Amino acid sequence: MPTNGKPRIAVFKLASCDGCQLQMLNLEDELLAIAGQVEICYFLEARSQILDGPYDIALIEGSVTTEHDLARVRDIRRKSQMLITLGACANTGGIQALRNLQDVDEYARAIYANPTYIHTLSQSTPVAAHVTVEFAINGCPISKEQLLEVLTSVLIGRAPQLPAHAVCVECKRKGTVCVLVAKGIACLGPVTHAGCGALCPAFNRGCFGCYGPMESAHSESLCQGLTAHGIPRSEMLRLLNGFTGWAEEFRSAAEKLEKVST
Amino acid sequence: MIATNETRTIRLESMTRVEGEGGLRIEVRDGHLRDVKVDVFEAPRFFEAFLRGRSMREVPDLTARICGICPAAHQMSSVQAIETALGITPSPEIRDLRRLLYCGEWIESHALHIYFLQAPDFFAMESALTLAREQPHLVKQGLELKKIGNEIVTVVGGRSVHPVSVCVGGFWKVPHRHELLELRPRVEWALQTSLETVKFVSGLKLPDFAPDYEWVALSHPREYAINEGSIVSSAGLDISVKEFEQVFLEEHVAHSTALHSVRADRGSSYFVGPLARVNLNYSHLPPFARQAADECGIAWPCSNPYAGIVARAIELVMACEEILRLIDTYRAPEPAAMEYSIHAGDGCAATEAPRGLLYHRYRMNDQGIVQSARIVPPTCQNYRRIEDDLRVLLPGILDRTDAEIVDTCEKLVRNYDPCISCSTHAVKIQIDRSEVPDLSRNADGHI
Repeated sequence: MPTNGKPRIAVFKLASCDGCQLQMLNLEDELLAIAGQVEICYFLEARSQILDGPYDIALIEGSVTTEHDLARVRDIRRKSQMLITLGACANTGGIQALRNLQDVDEYARAIYANPTYIHTLSQSTPVAAHVTVEFAINGCPISKEQLLEVLTSVLIGRAPQLPAHAVCVECKRKGTVCVLVAKGIACLGPVTHAGCGALCPAFNRGCFGCYGPMESAHSESLCQGLTAHGIPRSEMLRLLNGFTGWAEEFRSAAEKLEKVST
Repeated sequence: MIATNETRTIRLESMTRVEGEGGLRIEVRDGHLRDVKVDVFEAPRFFEAFLRGRSMREVPDLTARICGICPAAHQMSSVQAIETALGITPSPEIRDLRRLLYCGEWIESHALHIYFLQAPDFFAMESALTLAREQPHLVKQGLELKKIGNEIVTVVGGRSVHPVSVCVGGFWKVPHRHELLELRPRVEWALQTSLETVKFVSGLKLPDFAPDYEWVALSHPREYAINEGSIVSSAGLDISVKEFEQVFLEEHVAHSTALHSVRADRGSSYFVGPLARVNLNYSHLPPFARQAADECGIAWPCSNPYAGIVARAIELVMACEEILRLIDTYRAPEPAAMEYSIHAGDGCAATEAPRGLLYHRYRMNDQGIVQSARIVPPTCQNYRRIEDDLRVLLPGILDRTDAEIVDTCEKLVRNYDPCISCSTHAVKIQIDRSEVPDLSRNADGHI
């Protein structure tokens, strides 16, 4: 294999929108330099060259929704020294995990005239539900700066420096007026991982959880706070059942909210 | 190549340099093409199903996630469909800002396709990463163009993948004029570079190929149609967007998790995308784009799908010109979003995504909760046409090796810039010559 001793990298896609791997191509100023430092062995969207494993680093975008995905994830794991998942789909099941709350056969019937042609698992699940994942980069989409930080860190052998605080903290640092307190807008900022730069509140709207629940997020307390601000339960439920809604913290908060209501 | 009475299957597991994953399967019996299928095996994501029960306010954020490359397109078609249902008419300023956002996305998507996905084919290279070793200037130029497109989307939408500013009625927040003016010198550079891009792609040797196509695109009486217009075709069709579902039919086939669109009356395929748009809306190209189209050595309308790369480059010029105009005439929309009241309704809209016509329809109840959704992306509309093209192409190349056949097919498919993620909401090339195993690629990307 013509690897020249460079780290071997592979980029894979499961059920997803392509946006997270696009973020690698969106590193317009750094892409060619990165490509010079590593051997990009597998990246279907970017190149026709396909080099078989083993890989030093495998990056996976997308969630597991078919038997084929499941077999691929296990195969990728076997071939890879380090596995990094990219984004809300790979880390939490993504927006397509909304099916997990519903009857997937009914979903297929709703869209396809011949649902028997459709082969799919009943749930959309994160990669880490099936294999060991060394590192997860959050976001819907991931931040290209965070991707660059993780790749650089891994290549030079230090720990990646990613924020561990909430969107709420990013907002305060930016000096953005709190949309919940000032305008009564439902916001997941207090319980969502930082990384987007507190984008939505800066656009006069509430955070909808792209980066997923942060560690020790108190989603139930937030729901009590949102209730006190007059946010209807149906809206809170939709907010929790969003892009990272199948993440344990958001899922259990939504389940409790539903029990209270019934 | 081989005179045999047996069925041969030629398969390619995964096409490369396309968005999303899929393959091709070609069946040859007695030396004759029996069937060709674009196998879309990417997992279905059931957007139309889970949109039911969601608030119409969430729809632009949800539908953006259909595609990371054209999220703004899905946002535009979805909000405009909902606005139709609710009887909202956006102000001219909102309309202009939407066009500006959309032009940014066209630049980002077209630059990616021209320089990264398709250009390597013309240099017999496996990727732009390899091409960059020989022609670093060319690849860097493409990356810079893409970056400027992303910057336009970011200044309006907050980020280039899944922008957050678009809402039903308009925008959550609009940019200040000075933010747009800061980008103006960059867009002037992009315009010059886009004109150079037209010269570059016009100089490429395009294979001869010209089936009989029906081109379909939006058309607008006063501008190069992006966000609105009637649906017209080279076969004389001229319908309003609300007639779309009567005229075009989606079919569900066994080899695909993407639906295939055809003309409802005759079951025939049609072609959407940049080449269809330039062919149908040539007279509405702004001056620099029009001049570039006239001087590129192609007679319009053009029936060679490989000229799609030239059409994309012409649209790069168009998008840069339009952005400059829209920056110069920009007045921040006030209010940023139209006020409206929620009531039950049903509405549809079609816009021109980078890859072609994108249709959305929603039915909502009196609480603004989505009851049904229908999304027809451009790639679904092109799949049948892609298979038809392969049926025209293949009989003439069956004497070649399997590897050459697959390579030639893959290059033809890339003309369509298929977005498999969008359509499954993937394309797998598989040629059937039974005794032949799955093809794999060597280090050069050759099969």
